[in-house]
Amino acid sequence: MKANPREVLTGVYYIDGDVASGFGALAAGCKFIGGYPITPSTEAAEAFARVAPKAGAVFIQMEDELGSMAAVVGAVWSGVKSMTITSGPGYSLMQENIGFGAMLETPFVLLNIQRGGPSTGVPTKTGQADMMQSRWGSHGDYEVIAISPDSPQEMFDYTVKAFNLAEKYRCPVMIMSDECVGHMTEKVVIPSASEIEIEPRRLYTGPPAEYMPYKPDEDLVPKMAKAGDGFNLYISGSVHNEKGYPVTVDEYKSVYVRRLVDKIRRNKDKIIELKEEATDDAEVIVVSYGISSRVAIKGIEIARERGIKVGNLRLVTVWPFPDEKVTQLAKKTKAFVVPEINYGQIVFEVSRCSHGHANVVLVPHGGAGVHVPDDIADAIEYAAKEDQKIETVVEFKTRLERTVFEGGHKLKE
Amino acid sequence: MATAKTDKAKEIRNAGKEDIHPMEGLLRMDRMPHIWCPSCGIGLAVTAFTAALEKAGLDPNMVSIISGIGCTGRVAGYVKLDSFHTTHGRPIAFATGIKVGNPKVKVVVFSGDGDLIAIGGNHFIHAARRNIDMLVICVNNFIYAMTGGQVAPTTPLAAFATTSPYGCVEPPFNIPYIADSSGAVYVARWTTLHIRRLTKSLTEALQKTGFSVVEVISPCAMYYGRTNRLGDGLDLMRFYHDNVEIRHGEDTKNLDIGFQTKIICGTFVDRERPSYMERYNQWAAEAKGAKK
Repeated sequence: MKANPREVLTGVYYIDGDVASGFGALAAGCKFIGGYPITPSTEAAEAFARVAPKAGAVFIQMEDELGSMAAVVGAVWSGVKSMTITSGPGYSLMQENIGFGAMLETPFVLLNIQRGGPSTGVPTKTGQADMMQSRWGSHGDYEVIAISPDSPQEMFDYTVKAFNLAEKYRCPVMIMSDECVGHMTEKVVIPSASEIEIEPRRLYTGPPAEYMPYKPDEDLVPKMAKAGDGFNLYISGSVHNEKGYPVTVDEYKSVYVRRLVDKIRRNKDKIIELKEEATDDAEVIVVSYGISSRVAIKGIEIARERGIKVGNLRLVTVWPFPDEKVTQLAKKTKAFVVPEINYGQIVFEVSRCSHGHANVVLVPHGGAGVHVPDDIADAIEYAAKEDQKIETVVEFKTRLERTVFEGGHKLKE
Repeated sequence: MATAKTDKAKEIRNAGKEDIHPMEGLLRMDRMPHIWCPSCGIGLAVTAFTAALEKAGLDPNMVSIISGIGCTGRVAGYVKLDSFHTTHGRPIAFATGIKVGNPKVKVVVFSGDGDLIAIGGNHFIHAARRNIDMLVICVNNFIYAMTGGQVAPTTPLAAFATTSPYGCVEPPFNIPYIADSSGAVYVARWTTLHIRRLTKSLTEALQKTGFSVVEVISPCAMYYGRTNRLGDGLDLMRFYHDNVEIRHGEDTKNLDIGFQTKIICGTFVDRERPSYMERYNQWAAEAKGAKK
């Protein structure tokens, strides 16, 4: 199905990532955003609120993030595509109904413009420390899809894709962006509606009396219905059977929760998108995502000038994690270097999947800024020279860390 | 006690079928028996609601019922409409999403005092302020019953609960007053003894456009009654009988409920105010007409 021209603001723009994502949501057919203002994500909400009425969409500013997320799940069950927008503290509040949405197999999109944490953290500066929260934030077993764009153009493109994935797999899809990408202003080309592919909702069309809301199709994803269509839906956050009725029998939990995770795990080859370059004969492979993958390009360039064969694996999809790909690369390379704006999150996934075949080096960053490309280059050089097998993740000492923790340097206020 | 009259009524209703419940069309009989304790009032509130739904003449296919968590949180699962059993405290926010996503659906939030006024209090006042078109039925049993009788923001001052073993030290919320001052267009309170008046209020509220609140005082003999030595369900109903005063149009400021004091019931607010969607549609039309 193609996008609706009324919803696509075709043209060439010079806008930031937040705005591009708001326009992307509109193009994807999003008809409802419930949100609560939080820096640095507000521009996306503002952009959508401005253009929504003309496309018959609604932006409602809820009383808090708990309400925003609940309203988004409700709106999806009323039949419309929906999204919410937030950052760190708001993301924490939303976890409750993210799990609820996942349990109900609700297709929705969540844009998280990450900022430095924990708690209030560094409100207007960047971070990538919510990556594990995006996977494990709500209680219980469930799976989500998380995408990490690295430019305003990608913020548009992958917002559309996020909606498509959500509809296809009926699960929460997180756009795990960050302040840098959100506030970065670049050229964004919004194509014509006929060039934008849209995944329609997987609606049930048979007789209402025979409808089973949680009876899966072959790909493990059930067909959906909506309120007001005469189905007498029973949709519950409790573990339920195919009819939607709550059950407390062990078997149902195994069957139902198993499918909740399996529908993503078994379809991961279709979901995962990676950008891979020069990994075939690489001594060292840089694994990165979001803004760090933009910075890594420069770091890789410097390392190559130093004569090191460096490969680049960019995780466009972070969750589900590309286990097999990383394991396969681990067998033919010496080491992975993982720059991320946190003190180690995705690096442990890389380490888990490398199964001791390759060394794994973390280039950490405490947040509120991005890496110095030379740090990434130095980490690559170190990894290339290290001949010993090191079983744990090696934390590379960056310039900043050396200055602060080893030089006895007094921090300037 | 079967009389000739009730036998005749049953005969007409059943019309050749097996013995069926009069509300069968609106209840999920395959979910029975329900989980509520003997003498609990929630079932009466559900009976009044289903009767009101028939009286109001709404198409059941266009009505969604949304509950949160708790004893009353189970209601959505027993009523045969589009039923949503949501997270604790969030049914009003969830219902806001349904209403805005598809304004043709009539949304009814059916939940308890803890769910709507404690953990969900913020959503309650804001939905009232926005005047989202929904009916909120708040069953108030003065206690957290599902979890075993803990103190609630509606527990009367000095009443006992498992987490207020020396008597509740906090003054309770006056639900109609919150609803009124936050902007609700229809506010009423009844006990489960006043089933006919409750049904009438629910019918009126269902026919209204805007945020309507009906508080239903309901006996919880198992926890509130037992902890406070108030007797069984019948004793609690008798208390309502002897201590309820009906005062329609009473200023909602005067509706506080004390421990074993008089309970004022009635319809207190019935007014008109543009709903959220009415305003949004009007302004969206203007935005569409504007150039940028």
